[in-house]
Amino acid sequence: MDERPLRLITSSPLDALARTVEALLVVASAPLPLDDLVAAADDDVQRVEAALRLVGERHSEGRSGIVLEHVAGGYALRASREAAKACSRLFERPVQRSLSQAALETLAIVAYLGPCTRPEITRIRGVAAEATVANLLERGLIAEAGRDDGPGGAIRYRVTPLFERVFGLASLAELPRLDDFDNDVETIRERLHAVADGRGA
Amino acid sequence: MRVAELELDLEAFEGPLDLLLTLVLKEEIDLAEIDVAGIVLAFIEEMLGRGRSESGGAECELGEGDLEACGEFLVLVSALLELKARLLFDDEAAELAELEPEEAAEELARRLAAYRRMKEAAAWLAGRLEQEQDRFFRLGPAPLRPPVPRTVAPQDPAALAAALRVLATPPEEVSLAHMSLRYPPLEQFVQRFRSLLVGRSRFDFENELGELSRVEQAVAFLALLELGRLGEIAISQAAPFAPIRVERREESPAWTSARSA
Repeated sequence: MDERPLRLITSSPLDALARTVEALLVVASAPLPLDDLVAAADDDVQRVEAALRLVGERHSEGRSGIVLEHVAGGYALRASREAAKACSRLFERPVQRSLSQAALETLAIVAYLGPCTRPEITRIRGVAAEATVANLLERGLIAEAGRDDGPGGAIRYRVTPLFERVFGLASLAELPRLDDFDNDVETIRERLHAVADGRGA
Repeated sequence: MRVAELELDLEAFEGPLDLLLTLVLKEEIDLAEIDVAGIVLAFIEEMLGRGRSESGGAECELGEGDLEACGEFLVLVSALLELKARLLFDDEAAELAELEPEEAAEELARRLAAYRRMKEAAAWLAGRLEQEQDRFFRLGPAPLRPPVPRTVAPQDPAALAAALRVLATPPEEVSLAHMSLRYPPLEQFVQRFRSLLVGRSRFDFENELGELSRVEQAVAFLALLELGRLGEIAISQAAPFAPIRVERREESPAWTSARSA
């Protein structure tokens, strides 16, 4: 049997470090931040980053069944998209049941404004958020993040690394800017006035 | 049914409704802590319970008195709710009340715009979720971290030996001498009282105790009771804590035989 390892990894002076990084990522069940990889590999940041590039080259879509991704503030391996159908026959998706409109709106509020409290969510959506928040907590998409300083000390919530992973975000900074969404207060104001005039007439 | 007397068993309050209202008005209880839905449930339960007992278990229509009670209850609870809402949203209510109609419309437009942005963000997330639904990855508990090494300061073996020596020394034995009680035999006192009563027909119990210890006094009293049980003596006391008078029962065969002996 040919004992020569794959060319891509042996051809680089970083091959041993790349193999170590690869092994760490296989063992991990959550994205590993760069700092953790550096500490575990006991090497310097630049070399670990270079090793990660090497692992990423080898584990990319179309090249491997396992794909390296930069997600939720760390690095992780996932199944390639071409294997998704096979995976779905055997495994549940991380968010199997679809998210309701209320759940998506609540998630958006927590992702953009978090850590935020349930009363704050209620104030924006105009309806009680209790059940939705409980549901998102149970799914692991949001988590408690301390208490508000104000009177009553309501519990604050933030989105979890699982949220970033499910939505394929390297970090929350990848969310589109809120200002880029329809921000036309003027149109809303005009429509409000139109409705008020209609009532008055 | 009187609404004011409705018994409540809430997390923050237990008692009749009118007491709760009084406490709320005196600000001795924080209305924010009171579960108003709980009050409504208590009222409904009370009405249902009364309805059943009056109609022998079957559902029945409301009587005139019940209608009055319902009306009174509605007024009370809505007042309570309004009060609670004002308490909870004190600042906001004041802020909004001070707004001119134009400013209020502006505030409403601002809030609607904020909500609309979140709706659009939610739509973006929904699209993203759709796009990313083919992502399969391993989920599990956080990976184990290497244990943090715990260093121990340099230690002197002699100190350990000294500590062990203290632990190895058996503790001093505790004396239980003060706890042992000696009981003289009951019979001894029975005989003593019998011989006393051969000579005279009565005596006072206290006079016979003399120098006896507390335990001996207790046994002497038991002996007295024993003689009473046998019907040989009569025991009497004029008042609580008065001297106990012991008298020979002449009809008892014990004395006739003792005298003849």
